[in-house]
Amino acid sequence: MTLEPRNDAFVAFEHVQKSYDGVTLVVKDLNLSIGKGEFLTMLGPSGSGKTTCLMMLAGFETATNGEIRLDGTPINQVPPHKRGIGMVFQNYALFPHMTVGENLAFPLEVRGMGKSDREAKIKRALDMVQMGAFANRRPAQLSGGQQQRIALARALVFDPKLVLMDEPLGALDKQLREHMQFEIKHLHENLGITVVYVTHDQGEALTMSDRVAVFNDGKIQQLAPPADLYERPDNSFVAQFIGENNKLLGTIEELSGDKALVRLRTGELIDATAVNIKEKGQQTLVSIRPERVEFKPEMMPAGAHTLDAEVVEVIYMGDILRAVLKVADSDGFVMKMRNTLGQTRLSPGQKIKVGWHPQDARALDP
Amino acid sequence: MAEAATELLTTADGRPLKAALQAAQARARRRALLLVLPLLAFVLLTFLIPIGYMLKRSFEHDGFAASAPALVQWFAANPDYDPANPPEEAYAALVQDLARMQDEKTTGTSGTRINYSVAGTISLFKAGARAAADLQPPFKEALLAVDKNWARPALWRGMESASHVYTPEFYLVASDRKLTDDGWARGGDKERIYLYLFFKTFLISGIITVLCLLLAFPVAHLLATLPMAKSSLLMILVLLPFWTSLLVRTTSWIVLLQEQGVVNSLLVSAGLIGNDGRLQMMYNMTGTIVAMTHVLLPFMILPLYSVMRVIPPSYARAARSLGATSWTTFRRIYLPQTLPGIAAGSLLVFILAVGYYITPALVGGADGQLISNLIAFHMTKSNWSLAAAIAGMLLVSILLLYWLYDRLVGIDRLKFG
Repeated sequence: MTLEPRNDAFVAFEHVQKSYDGVTLVVKDLNLSIGKGEFLTMLGPSGSGKTTCLMMLAGFETATNGEIRLDGTPINQVPPHKRGIGMVFQNYALFPHMTVGENLAFPLEVRGMGKSDREAKIKRALDMVQMGAFANRRPAQLSGGQQQRIALARALVFDPKLVLMDEPLGALDKQLREHMQFEIKHLHENLGITVVYVTHDQGEALTMSDRVAVFNDGKIQQLAPPADLYERPDNSFVAQFIGENNKLLGTIEELSGDKALVRLRTGELIDATAVNIKEKGQQTLVSIRPERVEFKPEMMPAGAHTLDAEVVEVIYMGDILRAVLKVADSDGFVMKMRNTLGQTRLSPGQKIKVGWHPQDARALDP
Repeated sequence: MAEAATELLTTADGRPLKAALQAAQARARRRALLLVLPLLAFVLLTFLIPIGYMLKRSFEHDGFAASAPALVQWFAANPDYDPANPPEEAYAALVQDLARMQDEKTTGTSGTRINYSVAGTISLFKAGARAAADLQPPFKEALLAVDKNWARPALWRGMESASHVYTPEFYLVASDRKLTDDGWARGGDKERIYLYLFFKTFLISGIITVLCLLLAFPVAHLLATLPMAKSSLLMILVLLPFWTSLLVRTTSWIVLLQEQGVVNSLLVSAGLIGNDGRLQMMYNMTGTIVAMTHVLLPFMILPLYSVMRVIPPSYARAARSLGATSWTTFRRIYLPQTLPGIAAGSLLVFILAVGYYITPALVGGADGQLISNLIAFHMTKSNWSLAAAIAGMLLVSILLLYWLYDRLVGIDRLKFG
């Protein structure tokens, strides 16, 4: 599933492995190349190896095997302070005994920069995150969002070519988090820096990234732009990890090219697109996004197979209506409907028929 | 808005809000007071009252004033007399009091009281009291015939001083003043022991504090960063001395460090020193410093550990990623954040060391004694007032240090864990 590293890659992991105890591998044969100016997100559940990869890139963990290159040079043996990589931490890691200005001056001082140059750079960095008036405050006097901005400014003030972010928005509330996502995205676009971003929040990964690497079990499950990841997941893990997902178990009845006919365990036939299916008779897990499920016959393609469904409950969520259905052998089949003026209101117990476009149902390995 | 601000807020039934709040909380406050009452009573009875009584003893002594009423009266009436040549009336009062002491058997207490500032007066008083009943006027000649020491100006100054129940005399003695024929003066070089010992106590305490800090810092850092299982084991090792009797620990140091002890024998058998060149590490200042550093080490480790434990490792990582070497990271990021722990540990160890008694008493020999050993010495010699005066000075100097510390570092920055 991983791409072979390109030679012109700005950051490259080549056959990188990592083990903490010498018994199990936390990162298994990682190959990943990140282009210059790219915003790449490592997404995955906790323990999937994404943070370990980031720490190896930053230099706080050593790779057990393999090579990590930055701008063409191997950096396995380079200590963290010589890598010139900016880093934003989850808890911000602003030095509590220094003011905001001193925090920002720190990376410049250790590089031996003169006072006037320092002040110009600090001012520019603070203005960049709209915190120009806060240079004399202590971190403890700032709100979470403000601390986050300062942490960002500190990681950028010494003009690193690469910035790593380790779940930087994890501690913020939802609204602020969404706002900061856009700010980070804009900074990335304006400065042309390369960003490697680690998160377990899929929404964050989808909104911000150029490409997302989905990690699980020490391996990259899929590396793709957000839209591909959501609409065309490569395997059942990605399909279930990204967004909400209905799954139906069955066997392949017919297979021609990528068109598949699947017989469910309860006997019904459905149309699907084969993704990583090899042959007829194979077990498969069909994945359908709730918002792609239709219950009005005029919205379904002609001749498509439909399934009988019974409404279990309808949840009002404001912008959408979420119906939980009993379909085939699944009690928790979800259908999302836009809350428009003319929308049909379903009620519990109602019997309906559901269907979908064949390309929206993806037959994956079980 | 302005009206509302000046208007007194009331509850729904018209009572002032403040009074209502007080009443509502009064019950909770009474219960809280009941909870701390046993401790309060305990501290008052066993700590504050004895200390207050001790401090009172440091400037109050009626050993002479109570048994020599005639002299007390005469001294009060003649404040401008010449100690070098007291008049006949003074001698008459003295002889009257001496006879009274003989009757009431208070010669010993009076003589001892004067002896605190003028040496050799106990026997003088005893002899004088025995003879007093038979003496005839003129009393001056008669008394001087018994012992011409009765004419010493220092003695008269001492009696005048002792005729007041409240006296700064003990503090003067504790700061190396001496009552001479010409009044209070600085003692000779060999007699200036108290202030020198104060200085030495503070110096040794300072050395011990620095040693403890140097030894404790790496250990506390290890404790704070090791995985749980290993750090628990290390913590037990740190706390082990607390579960062992102080006497046992100090005695083990004697076993280790004495002239025929383990360390010396090892050094001799390793050929590092000759058999006749065994090191003196016990019964001197070295012994006191080594043993006390060991005893006080946990008091430095624990506050340091409690501060270091809550410093997230991401600070050091952030500093490294920003381009700082590990030394710069330690000096500019880690060390400043451990300051509250360093301050708390140092203050704790220093104050404990300044008042330490048992270890220097056992291993200090002649050279390694501290001020508290001197306090104990005077208490056993039953000069309680002098012991109290030295203790009072020690208390004041520690409070002074504490105040200075608060001004420089801030007590609210202390963290004992």
